[in-house]
Amino acid sequence: MKAKFLVPLFLFLLLVGFLGFGLSLNPREVPSPLIDKPAPDFTLARLDNPEQTLGLADMRGQVWLLNVWASWCVACRQEHPVLVALSKRKEVPIVGLNYKEVRGDGTIDMRKVAEQNELPMAIDRARDWLHSHGDPYDVSILDINGRVGIDFGVYGVPETFLIDKKGVIRYKHIGPITPDALRDTILPKVAALKAES
Amino acid sequence: MRRFLLACGLMLLALTGHAQTAAPVAADPVLEERVMALSHKLRCLVCQNQSIAESDADLAVDLRGQVREQLSAGKSEDEIADYMVARYGDFVLYEPPMRASTLLLWLGPIVLAVVGIGVLMVRLARRNKESAPALDDAQRARARALLEEDDNNGTQA
Repeated sequence: MKAKFLVPLFLFLLLVGFLGFGLSLNPREVPSPLIDKPAPDFTLARLDNPEQTLGLADMRGQVWLLNVWASWCVACRQEHPVLVALSKRKEVPIVGLNYKEVRGDGTIDMRKVAEQNELPMAIDRARDWLHSHGDPYDVSILDINGRVGIDFGVYGVPETFLIDKKGVIRYKHIGPITPDALRDTILPKVAALKAES
Repeated sequence: MRRFLLACGLMLLALTGHAQTAAPVAADPVLEERVMALSHKLRCLVCQNQSIAESDADLAVDLRGQVREQLSAGKSEDEIADYMVARYGDFVLYEPPMRASTLLLWLGPIVLAVVGIGVLMVRLARRNKESAPALDDAQRARARALLEEDDNNGTQA
């Protein structure tokens, strides 16, 4: 009973422990419920040739990355050199999901953009951006209204999904890919998934 | 006087600008009310302390659009909540469902309250049992003397 005075101290330390753990978490990183679930189906126009589409089924049998990007996305510039370097290694195909290229840009007043002009505008802007920053994508597809983004649970750009041969999402990276994250997490996962039958 | 009126005017202006929810869009007011009611229960993932009804973030506007579209297509509130949870996880719900992983969240406060009340009751019962120590006549007289002395000091001050 002599140690009774230690009880508040113990409770305090417990609280500090909880708060310390809380500080180490990033509230921006909301775990995706889509991990280990089949990727949502999509069919979207290709940036290189908008007459043609790319769908989920086209990627079946491959381990691939789906990288959500847009020319207005500032953090995308940060990860872009990492993606360009990755694409040169030819280890894993990268599909770019161009997310709300025109209407996602906060500086554009959508009331002044006619509906039929949005797609050509998106194509011009996206191509220009890839031209000046380098194009790491095997294919880029255009999610003009962000609907496919919602299906993938995208809430911030950039986000990157790692999808396996069966079309199941196996990993999601939120925010810009750093060289460390690529080397220590993403590439080992790619190698492991490629080894799966 | 003019300056006073101007100040009043500015204050009124400030009131109108206070925490307005984003403007409704659907033409049907009954539908819009349902859209907003459901939107208030869904968390915006971009500005995490706002619901998608209050937030003007791009994604919140899109998600409100989804709610509106699906409600007008005849889906129920629960179906739309499920749609959101399937994409963004339980995090989008301001009221998380009862699960093994959320049990502590739901029952924690009740457990704490029960434990707290229990400890309080035990302590009070123990305090009641400790009756005041019996004093003999000499001690009583001394206590009285001390108290009186204290009183006198009080009046002198």
